[in-house]
Amino acid sequence: MSGRAELDVAAIRKDFPILEREIRGKPLVYLDSAASAQKPRAVLEAIQNFYANAYANIHRGVYQLSAEATALYESGRDRVQGFIGAADRREIVFVRNATEAINLVARTFGETQFKSGDEILITALEHHANIVPWQMLGGRRGTKLKVVPVDDRGELDLQAYEALLGERTKLVALTHVSNAIGTILPLKKMIALAKAKGIPVLVDGAQAAPHTRVDVQDLGCDFYAFSGHKLFGPSGIGVLYGRLPLLQAMPPFLGGGDMIETVSFEKTTYAEPPNRFEAGTPDIAGVVGLEAAIDYVEGVGIDAIEAWEQSLLAKADAALTEIDGLRIIGRARDKAAVLSFVLEGIHAHDVGTALDQAGVAVRVGHHCAQPLMTRFGVPATVRASFSLYNTPAEIDVLVAALRETRELFG
Amino acid sequence: MDELRDLYQATILDHNRKPRNFRVLEGADLHADGHNPLCGDQLTVYLELEGERVKDVAFQGTGCAISVASASLMTDFVQGKSLDEVESKFEDFHEMVTSEPDSPVQTPDIGKLAVFSGVREFPMRVKCATLAWHTLRAALQQDGSTAKTE
Ligand SMILES: Cc1ncc(COP(=O)(O)O)c(C=O)c1O
Repeated sequence: MSGRAELDVAAIRKDFPILEREIRGKPLVYLDSAASAQKPRAVLEAIQNFYANAYANIHRGVYQLSAEATALYESGRDRVQGFIGAADRREIVFVRNATEAINLVARTFGETQFKSGDEILITALEHHANIVPWQMLGGRRGTKLKVVPVDDRGELDLQAYEALLGERTKLVALTHVSNAIGTILPLKKMIALAKAKGIPVLVDGAQAAPHTRVDVQDLGCDFYAFSGHKLFGPSGIGVLYGRLPLLQAMPPFLGGGDMIETVSFEKTTYAEPPNRFEAGTPDIAGVVGLEAAIDYVEGVGIDAIEAWEQSLLAKADAALTEIDGLRIIGRARDKAAVLSFVLEGIHAHDVGTALDQAGVAVRVGHHCAQPLMTRFGVPATVRASFSLYNTPAEIDVLVAALRETRELFG
Repeated sequence: MDELRDLYQATILDHNRKPRNFRVLEGADLHADGHNPLCGDQLTVYLELEGERVKDVAFQGTGCAISVASASLMTDFVQGKSLDEVESKFEDFHEMVTSEPDSPVQTPDIGKLAVFSGVREFPMRVKCATLAWHTLRAALQQDGSTAKTE
């Protein structure tokens, strides 16, 4: 972290039109960016401008407008390549979201490389998106799922991880940052351990890309998945990064237009990556919006964003710890700006409804990480997540609303 | 906080804190599990019948205040009622909690269950209020399925 970067939150808030909204008569306090981030005007305008001035289908027309749209779409690919430090633009595949990226790998790489008895190693921190596709694969191929446990702080048991990396392990699939409790994994070290044994690694980066610098070559992973909508981009666009030799060896995911080289009724030959994995008309405007979102994030500075969010996390952690009967779930030392907690004797959904009444939007429930909730013995938590547009004053609103909630439920 | 107090009326808070008929009914004729995947609410409703009438009813489970209080008040309410009556009261209850927020409040003849009238202001919570009823209905149909609010 450069550490010197400063963030002008008042100016940033003006970039997000939705933050002017009132909810139930109160100013919106949006503390659910881990579920999806709000969009800056630059993203909205880029999409609007694209549809108004440069829209056509891509890769197909010989006319100027199609050439312009194609250039914009492909420049989005270059932008993503630079953003995550990929070696080659062909390593960037556009998909709908992180979920689709992981399913794509399970369906193509997994389907052709794994056989019965092979093991896929995941962690207790995974989102359902990095559990279910591997279970589904297991149903088809007979692969087994192994799970690295976490300790009471929500940190991964690295000794167990090393012990679980075995002869039969054919893939390690890890989240970069836990969406439910914020733990940041020591990825570089974990990837190195797997790679030393020749095991490929997929990273679910859905929660990391918006908050921390991602460099896929430095990490050394083989696949990296993330969603545009958590990165202040539009919903419906996501990215799968895959190392080129792996992508080149993978069969197509969906069949159709744009992913072929030649088609006859006897035989079809497939296009090279990334087109092989982008069948049909993609979310062209989504890519345009994503590019604008990356421009926005880099304009503010990812280090400045990270430092700001960490300061919010520290304040919120201290303030919430003061509330009677409030228990924070997940106290990893290396943690993203996500605070999961329970209020003794009050169900998370009741807390969520009460906070909404104060204009505070938080996520309540199992956060698509039911096995992790089970590990901590809670059916659900309240989760407040902080982003670059949140302020210390909003934490005060949260704290006051939590105190009122405790009073109401007595 | 006014709408909030309309939602969480004192009766609801009381039944959440001290749910009535909260036990396993030994020798129940019928029972069913209910699950609200959104909240993670999980209930089991037990029924003992006498002909076409509810002789005894109880429940167990965990959930938010709305779902627990709803189960508690429901079990009090249907005690001794005929099965037809139970069905028609469920319909009244359902209509009350799903009516348009701005329409005049209909308070059908459902006794204490009227405390759930505030739920209609919170569409996300309707499923919490109706879970116990769906589960009761599943028990009556006794098809062994889990009642879902979806
Ligand atoms: C860690 C993690 N992985 C995967 C996903 C799935 O993202 P999406 O729903 O955009 O596919 C999420 C989103 O909640 C997440 O937090």
